[in-house]
Amino acid sequence: METPLALEKWPGIISTVTIGAKKEEGGSRSGIVNIGGQHTMPLLFKEGDIPNQPRIAFEIWDIAPLDFDEELIGAYGKAIMDPFSWADICVNEYKAQLLCLKMQGAHPDFGDKNAKDAAKFISTLLGRVKVPLIITGSGDDAKDNLIMPACSEAAKGERCLIGCAVQDNYKTLTASALADGHSIIAESPIDINIAKQLNILISDMGLNLERIVINPTIGALGYGLEYAYSIMERARLAALSGDKTLASPFICFVGQEAWRAKESKISPEQGIIWETLTATSLIQSGADILVMRHPKAAQKVNNYIETLFKSR
Amino acid sequence: MFIVGELINGMYSNIALALKKHDKKIVQECALEQVAAGADALDICCGPASADPLVDMPWLIEVTQEVTDKTLCLDSSRPKVIEAGLKVAKNKTIINSTTADTEKLEILIPLAKQYKSKLIGITISSKGIPQNKDQRLELAAAILTQANAEGLPVSELYLDPIVMPVNVAQNQIREILETIAEFKMLAQPSPKTIIGLSNISQGAKERSLINRTFLTMAVASGLDSAILDPTDKALMDTLITAELILNKNIYCDSYLEAYRKNK
Repeated sequence: METPLALEKWPGIISTVTIGAKKEEGGSRSGIVNIGGQHTMPLLFKEGDIPNQPRIAFEIWDIAPLDFDEELIGAYGKAIMDPFSWADICVNEYKAQLLCLKMQGAHPDFGDKNAKDAAKFISTLLGRVKVPLIITGSGDDAKDNLIMPACSEAAKGERCLIGCAVQDNYKTLTASALADGHSIIAESPIDINIAKQLNILISDMGLNLERIVINPTIGALGYGLEYAYSIMERARLAALSGDKTLASPFICFVGQEAWRAKESKISPEQGIIWETLTATSLIQSGADILVMRHPKAAQKVNNYIETLFKSR
Repeated sequence: MFIVGELINGMYSNIALALKKHDKKIVQECALEQVAAGADALDICCGPASADPLVDMPWLIEVTQEVTDKTLCLDSSRPKVIEAGLKVAKNKTIINSTTADTEKLEILIPLAKQYKSKLIGITISSKGIPQNKDQRLELAAAILTQANAEGLPVSELYLDPIVMPVNVAQNQIREILETIAEFKMLAQPSPKTIIGLSNISQGAKERSLINRTFLTMAVASGLDSAILDPTDKALMDTLITAELILNKNIYCDSYLEAYRKNK
């Protein structure tokens, strides 16, 4: 006798977040990307609706990535020294459907780009590539509070995802997202309690919970991956049980963590494997956007997603 | 916790006045206030003020469901009054309540089935109020057995151990808490449990404090639902905190706000 599947019926649902706006919606993107909307735990297609696949966002910077691993620089060639050519290669050669731009050049230690130049960079990039855009700051809170409002305004109406808001610094970014029609990344330090608190703080400013994407902060394989995995799983279980304050999709910055691991520097193949395995593990704990660096790793993860979703 | 607001009851002067004047605004304000405070359902009881509950019960239901689609808990000891209410109810309903007496069960179980209503079974019988846990469990078993025999699923049933005032039956309260836990073991799936909370403090001075202290203990014993005053903010905050401590919700600094956002 066949054992019947034990299927759970969840009262909650993960928010659907749209990134990108086409011309008719007031933007200039050639397509849009929807994430979230799950009615069940990851990949349990028989249990509930999973309308959107996890998406890979190629990570690019607004300056040449001088501290990138040689293998990464080699993968893109000399073009990576020019941010616009780097973006072109991601879109044209590697068929990226989503770009995640880090405004590293605004960091005081990486060129200290001012708000005007940062905004100009965004405008030029939006003219050059037509895929939806994620824009993150340099990681320096004080500087990001100066440049991110300008970047946000330069991308007004393009329905970007902008980040990263943190518990001690979320007001400026939230105000920008509200003013310019973007969604926001809420970052917490592998801490579900802070993730929930930050979502409440942001929504109290008037930005709907449905416009928040959680960056749970992840560790690469061997560097706390399982800790991030369990936090994401717990948040998802709570969300599906009806906790709307945790019902946000996840964005995971896989590339930056995987290529920081010393194991990824041992050989080119191992670095690619490290990034791939970190990403595929996180897909199983509910990752919706994987921000990745190496095109070969992105390709492998893309194949993995396609294979998994064939059975949908 | 499934919260049933208790304030639409003819024993309160505002509802008594509403019944007398047929002033629906008073009832509707009372309904909306309870929903805003976190009620998942609303108890509807004509109380002693009603000259004719067969008319007043349907009226209270009609005016309440004009402003909310929350579940209505039809509260009367007279099956005919319950039926008069069920006939006009469009919202989901709970019958409040049947005793463990066969003749009562024979009327109310079929009514629950006919109107797709849930049913509260209170562990009391014509012999009187039980004096200990075993008597309560025996009456609960009788209710479950008859519901099962007549095809009402356990999922549609709430068991109420009947809470006694602390100043009347102080020696019984611990047993009532134990009864709540043991109700859950009477059937698989477990029957849901409910209490009329305010009974615990009937006639006492520190009513709100006694209510919320007992509710915390009952929640820790596995209580699923309570009929209470949701506009008592200290009570609601205590309930939210008790559920947090029992790991029913994920902690954050604004957990009280988070709970209310999720309502």
